[in-house]
Formats: sequence, C-alpha cells, structure tokens
Amino acid sequence: MSGRNLKDTHGEASRFGVRALIGFALIVLALAVLGGRFWYLQVMRHDEFTTRSQANRVHLRHLPPPRGLIYDRNGVLLADNVPAFRLDVVPEQIKGMDAMLARLSTVVPLSGDDIARFRQSLRQHRPFEAVPLKFHLDEADIDRFAVNAWKFPGVDIAPYLTRNYPLGPDFAHVIGYVARIDEKDLAHLDADRYAGTTHIGKTGIEKYYENRLHGTPGYELVEVNADQRPQRVLERVAPKPGQNLYLGIDTRIQKAAIAAFAGRPGAAVAIDPRNGEVLAMVTVPSFDPNLFVNGIGQADYSDLLHDPDKPLLNRALRGGYPPGSTIKPFMGLAGLELGLRRPTDTVFSSGTFYIPGQSRGYRDDQRYGAGTVNLMQAITQSVNTYFYSLALAMGIDRMDAYLSKFGFGAETGVDLPSESGGVLPSPGWKRATFNQPWYAGETVIAGIGQGYWVVTPIQLAHAVAMLADGGLPHTPHLLRATRDGRDGAIVARPDPPEAPSAIRNPADFDAVRQGMIGVVYDPRGTTYNVGIRTGFPYVIAGKTGTAERFSRKGDEYITTKDKAILAARHRAWFICFTPAEAPRIAVAVVLEAGAWGGTDAAPIARKILDAWLATQPAPPAPSTLTAGAAAEQAKAGAAQ
Amino acid sequence: MNATIASLRTRVVRFGQRLMHRPRIDLPLAIALLILACVGLVTLYSASDLDAGVIGGQAARFLLGAIFLLMVSRIPPTLLRTWTPWFYAISTLLLVAVVALGEGRGANRWLDLRVVRFQPSEFLKLSMPMMIAWYLHPRQLPPGWKDIFVVGVLIAIPSALIAKEPDLGTALLVAASGVFVLFLSGIAWWRVGLMLGALAGAAPVAWHFLHDYQRQRVLTFLHPENDPLGNGWHIIQSMIAVGSGGVFGKGWHQGTQSRLEFLPEHTTDFIFAVYSEEFGLVGVLLLLALYIFIVGRCLWIAANARDTYSRLLAGAIGMSFFVYVMVNGGMITGLLPVVGVPLPLISYGGTSAVTLLTGFGVLMSIHAHRKWVG
Repeated sequence: MSGRNLKDTHGEASRFGVRALIGFALIVLALAVLGGRFWYLQVMRHDEFTTRSQANRVHLRHLPPPRGLIYDRNGVLLADNVPAFRLDVVPEQIKGMDAMLARLSTVVPLSGDDIARFRQSLRQHRPFEAVPLKFHLDEADIDRFAVNAWKFPGVDIAPYLTRNYPLGPDFAHVIGYVARIDEKDLAHLDADRYAGTTHIGKTGIEKYYENRLHGTPGYELVEVNADQRPQRVLERVAPKPGQNLYLGIDTRIQKAAIAAFAGRPGAAVAIDPRNGEVLAMVTVPSFDPNLFVNGIGQADYSDLLHDPDKPLLNRALRGGYPPGSTIKPFMGLAGLELGLRRPTDTVFSSGTFYIPGQSRGYRDDQRYGAGTVNLMQAITQSVNTYFYSLALAMGIDRMDAYLSKFGFGAETGVDLPSESGGVLPSPGWKRATFNQPWYAGETVIAGIGQGYWVVTPIQLAHAVAMLADGGLPHTPHLLRATRDGRDGAIVARPDPPEAPSAIRNPADFDAVRQGMIGVVYDPRGTTYNVGIRTGFPYVIAGKTGTAERFSRKGDEYITTKDKAILAARHRAWFICFTPAEAPRIAVAVVLEAGAWGGTDAAPIARKILDAWLATQPAPPAPSTLTAGAAAEQAKAGAAQ
Repeated sequence: MNATIASLRTRVVRFGQRLMHRPRIDLPLAIALLILACVGLVTLYSASDLDAGVIGGQAARFLLGAIFLLMVSRIPPTLLRTWTPWFYAISTLLLVAVVALGEGRGANRWLDLRVVRFQPSEFLKLSMPMMIAWYLHPRQLPPGWKDIFVVGVLIAIPSALIAKEPDLGTALLVAASGVFVLFLSGIAWWRVGLMLGALAGAAPVAWHFLHDYQRQRVLTFLHPENDPLGNGWHIIQSMIAVGSGGVFGKGWHQGTQSRLEFLPEHTTDFIFAVYSEEFGLVGVLLLLALYIFIVGRCLWIAANARDTYSRLLAGAIGMSFFVYVMVNGGMITGLLPVVGVPLPLISYGGTSAVTLLTGFGVLMSIHAHRKWVG
C-alpha cells in the first residue's frame, strides 16, 4: 500500500520529459500543417487569390428610402417625389479637384453656391463615397455632360427622387420643406439610417414628422470592375419607404383663405373644435418652398429675407400680436366661472373708466360710452368699461390662472416645430422679463387684451375652438392619418385621452355665446353692418378685435375715417365659430394692417366659412338656434 | 507603526532594486518575446492605417505586461503553489458573478468594479493550469480514473461558465490549458484514446448546446461559399488576403484587402491575415518559427523545473500559447472555424497581452528556481 502512495519523483520527471517531447513534436507537426496551409494558399493558389484580390471590388451602394408623401384630408398631393438627375463625384477617383471642377463648369454650369456646398459635403463623406455636386440637372445639362462624360472619370449622372411641392407657396408654412443635410444635422443624425440620403426636413411638417417620413434605407452589393463600373448586383435589400401622411387640412379651404387675404400680410387658422384638427392654416405672404429643395441661391434667399412683408415668417405659428377685444369672451367667461359676475349684472359705461383713487382714464371705443350693459351686450358691443371693471375685480393672478386654461401664454403643442408661446401677462412674467413690479393699470388694460399680451393665430384659434366645444381642450394637430406605403391601410391618428373641460357651468358658456352671436346678428354688434351673416345657413358666433400697435400718447380721440392711417395703427382680428349651437369649425383671422376687426378681418373669416360650407356634404340641418331667435335673445339680454 | 512603514518601505525598495539589477529572467525567452512584440507593433501600425494612438495604447499594454512579468518572476513557485486554490476559487467566483450579475444582453464578459473593468475569464487562463497542476502534484502519477474525473470537473466548471458568457474562444483556451496539464502528467495513452472516443461521441450533444451564431460559424466554416456575403465573408476575404500575399508579400502597408476594408476586424482577430498579405509566406514561416521557438523554450524550462507543480504548469502555459497561434492561424486560413482568439502579442487590444506576459512571468520564476544542476 505504502509503495503505491510513495511518489516516484524521478519517474515523474522523466515521464514528463517524454511527454513534453511528444507534445512538442505534435505542436511542430500542427504548426507545420498550418505552414503547409499557408504554402497552399500563398503559393499554390496565389494566382487565383491575386486575381480575386484585384477583382475584389464589391461595393456597397446605399439605397435611400423614398420619402413619405403628404396629402391633404381628401388625398390632394401636397408633397411629392419626382425623378430627377444629379451630378455625383467620387473624390477618390479625382486627381486635381479644382482643375476638374473648372473644366466641368464649362460643360455644366456650376454656381458658386453649388461648389461651396459641394466642398462642405466633401468633408462629410469618405473618399470612396459619391458626393452630390449639382442637383436637379436640366435636359440640356444632361445631354452636354453625356457627350463629355469620358473626360471626367469619377463624375457621374445619377438618378434620384427629388421633393416637389405641387402647391408651392400655399403650403410652404405648413408642410415646410426639405433641404440638403448640413453639418448641424449630421451632429444628431443616425448615420446608418441616413446613409445615401441627401435631404432632410428643415421646417414644418417635413421636419416635425421627419422620423415617419424618412423610412428605412436599403442597400445593394454591387460587383464593379477595375474602372468602378457596376457589373452585377449580388445582393439587394430594398429600402422601406417612409410613411405617407394625411393632414386634416382641406386644400379648398386653404386656397380660399389665401385668396381672401388678397396679398395683405396676415394669418388665419381654422380648426375643427370637435377634435382639434386644423382645417386651414394660412400665412400671407408666403414663398415657394421648391426653391429650398435644391439649395436656394444667395440672391433669392436675400430677397426673401429682406422683403418688408417678411414672407419667411410663419405668422400663423410664430406671429405674435396683442389679442385686443378677442380676449373679451374669455374674460367674460372667467368672470362668470369665478363667480364675480352673473350674466345679468350690469356696468355703466360712460366713455371713460377710472381706477378708484387714480386720475388716469381708460377709454371706451364709443366716445360717450354704451350706457348700462350686461355681459352679452358688453361682448356684442365690445364695451371696454365692463372688462376694465371686471379685470380690476378679478385681479391679475386669477385672470392669469383662468386664461391659461385656454392655452394663452403657452405653446398649443400643434405638430409643427418652433411654435411661439406668446405672452399671458402676469406679475411673475413681468418680473422675469423686465424685473419691474406690476401696476393695477396693467391689470385693467390686460382685461381688454392690450398691454403685454401676445398671442399667435394658432393660439387664438385653439382657444376659440376650445370655447366652441364647451371648454374641452383638444390639442390642435395637422396630422389626421398615416399610411404605410401605397398598399397599407390608412390608420387614423389615435385620439388622445379626453381632458376635463375648462368650463364648469355650461350656462356660463351659453351667456358668452349669446354675446358672440350678438356681435354678428345684433344691430349694435360690431360686425352687424359688415353683414357677414347674410346668406349663411348656420348661426355664426364671433368677436372682433382691433388691437393697437402702439399705446396712445395723447388724450384726443382718433376721428379719422382714413383706412390707410387706421391700418397703419391697428391689427384687425376676427374670431368665430359655427354652427353656434354645435360648432364644427372655429376660425381666427388676423390682418396685420387692418383698420378694424369688424370691417377688415371678419369678411376674410366669412370667406373661409363659405369655403368650408362648400366642403360639407349634408345640407344644413335645421338650426335649433335660428338667426332670428339669436337676435331676439340678444335684444332681450340688452333690455335687462 | 512608523517602524512597520519604514520596514515595509525598505522591503519595497529592496524588491525594486533586485528587480532592476538581478532580474530572474530567461534571456532567450525574453528576447523572443521582445521580437514578437515589435513585430506586433509594426503589423498593427500598418493594419490600423498608421494610427499612432492605437500603437501607443498597445505599447502601453506591453509595458504593463512587462511590469507584471517582472513582478511575477520574483514570486517563488512554491508560494504560487500555496496560493493556487485561492486564486482558482476567486477567479471562478468572479466568473459566476459575471454570469449572474450580467446585464443579460449580448456577450457578457466584463466585470465592472467602477475603478477597473476586466474579464475574469482572463484570470482562468492562468489559474486553470495552476489549479490542475496543484491538484495533481502530490498525487500518484500517472493519474487514475478518479483523479482524471476530479480534474475533469475542475476544468469543466469554469469552461462551461465562460462558454455561457458566451466566449467560446476563451473557453476553449482555458479548457485546453487544463487538459495539457493532464497530458503532461503522463496519463496513459489508452485512457487518452478512450477519452477522445468519448469526446467524438459527445460532439452531437455539444452541438445541441451551441448558440445559433456559433453553429452558424461552424456551418459557414464547412461551406464558406454558400454564404459569401454573410458569415462566409470573413473567411473568404481573409483567405484572399493570405493567398494574394504570395511568397514575399505585398510589402508593409501595401495590403489592399485590409486598406480597402474588405477584411473585417483587421486589427484584432484577423491581423494575421494582414501580416500574411503584407509579408508573404516568408514572413509567415519566420513568425511560426518564432512561435515554435517560444513554445519549445517553455517546454525546455518546464523539463528543467524543480518540482512536479512547476513542471506541469510551465509545460501547460507553453502549450496553451501554441493553441492561440494554431486556432488563430487556422481561422484566418480557413482551416478552422471562426473563433474569437487573438494572435498572441500581435492582435490589438484587450487584456490578453497582459495575461500572456504575466503567464511568462510565472515561467521566468520557474526558470529562476530550476533544478539544482547535479
């Protein structure tokens, strides 16, 4: 037993020696096999592999996905892809880029902009990748280059799909445009997803829904010969096109609204109050988005930038204006909802309102006042005094809290980039902005939508739509439905969960609505004389606004009737919704240089309503709230 | 307290001095390793398309590895032997931690200790042969079935854990290092034959446990031309690189396969292909000769070691080194399936260079404590 347990160290060492020798022999043998394999590959099959190495030019060609198309609610094409040709350069194959570009420009005209942009994108690509030099070649350029192509190795004409906006300026501020990817875009782009893509959404829907519109790229493995000419496609993974978008906008309403402005700068937004769908969104003047797609020239861009009417400004989304009297229905509602006023409570308007203990007067529009008015008449006749006194009673904090429920002072969240939030005046805002205290007089003028107030047309349209739907907030949105490819099903945009109404007591809304009906139907209403009610089958509830661009310096009343002078001082607003009893459209119109809201902005709104009416399939249902009855009610309210 | 610190300082200083003045290294082995490292840097400089940052990083790793080598060479093998079970247990526990705490997404090899991130599987490359040698050295050799079984379990646990990470290449290397100890311990040939037979029988079972991508690699290896642009791409491009290199190669930094990016992973797993393309068959044979010299020198050191533990350990480390070369070379020439094993001291990156040099440190120590020449 002990013999077996006794270790035979000497025997182990010698056994190890044998094993190590055998192991080493095996290792040498194995490495000899490996060496033999190298010999087989590097000597026996050397010629074959040399050939394959030289022919080894399998190129990966990116296939950018076709961008999703954009339609209006009826399938009218708003953004299309059309085939075009461009000039591509493979930097690796060019010896002497400057000389080549100089020679090339004698064949195909190259602008300074083209070359500058090309040099920029040269830095963003690897040397063997094709860099676009000039987009959208015309027929003559293609023909001339084709004849001279042999002189320019490494330069090729490549087909591609370019973005086209068939309706041009009509939708420039809604759809936006795509343009070439620049360095700023590259910083946050997924390089794989954008391999081979040259353009990206820069503004509007094109930017906001870039992710949906772009799609998924595919690729092709192409075998090329020594001259880099493709021989055959080895493998192809097709790109997946971007989603097609259907907007809620109706082109007919959009066009009618643009026509109604007749070129005067302004903006209009129409919203379906039942769900927040934007039916029209108009900014006048506009520009041709197609200019930007292939790279707008410096001269064209400078013209747009320095045009005094600022066509590049998206007024509907970013134009900030004081709301003026259009704020009164919301103020009146706030008074009722906060329990500060009953609909029947009256105020005596003498023409001037004084804060108790102060000598500065705040004016009514009518020199000697409107007399004793209740809420409905105060809205109908736009009586400042009623709202001065209400604002003072409410105080700026409660005013601020209530009006912010209607979205004032914040972005509406519409599906467009770079929306402006406007200003809902408040002591906090004033301190943050100017570091100044708040004065009671500022509360008073805030009550009629003047002072620090800034709203955007989309904001006011949203507020009107919300009011029209009994205070239910629906985030305004342009996207109505999407579709994957041509054969996919149209998928409606999911409705977000319903938020609680901003109006607690429906009777409060009724009172305000009566006042707004009076604006249009009551003989004392601010648009009665303009007659926008005439011949319209539904009852329209509206409110005018004439906001002053500057605060008045002196005490004298403006007595001039010269519209040009007035227009220079005023911004004309009109907000409305119809049918008053069950609203299906809400509109906000601003005319930048309008004399009066009633005479200048309201007719534009009526044209929008007419265009909308024409799109409604069913004949008007009998109204439960006829125009006559509305007028009667308005009078009854006034008599109280 | 102060006295302790002072004595500690004296000890450290003395250790440093000894390290500097009387390094216990085997000169032929050290020179061979130095040549190899230089060849590695030159090849890497070309493969990385003359990226100085890559070279700097790699040189820093070599330096760190050299420091480890020198330090470990000062540790007597008897001390290493005493620590062995702890070393093995701790590295295996770390592996368990990686598998248990892993984020469970993709390959999970790293343990993040906030300060350092490392792959515990690297430890096993050293602690595995140490453990098997430790287990076998007091026992009756050649080992019987009982000891073979115990050794089998000791090898299987960490290897299975590493394979589960999944890192088949490292699992293979770790298992091989353990098996080499068994082989060197003089295990009877008939037992070797029996076990190889059993292994062949178990292959279909192992196939069942492979990951899909691992199976794909084996299938692709068998028929690379079936999938020329998918998994077969690596093998074909690598073979084109090697084959087009010819006898004398295309010259340094003239390899089109890697420069035009046809060759994947050309600074790491496929760097041998770059070397073969640029230096040709002559370069390859010289490199293989260098590797054979290193392995042979290791075995020579092992044969002259003082005790069974040192002998088995040194021999296994040397033979494992060969496995790297064989698996990597076999992979790039299409002789073996694609397994992620680096070419020792040539491939860029990773802890593998540091681990390898530490292993050579153990060899240096064994060499310093070799048999009394009698």
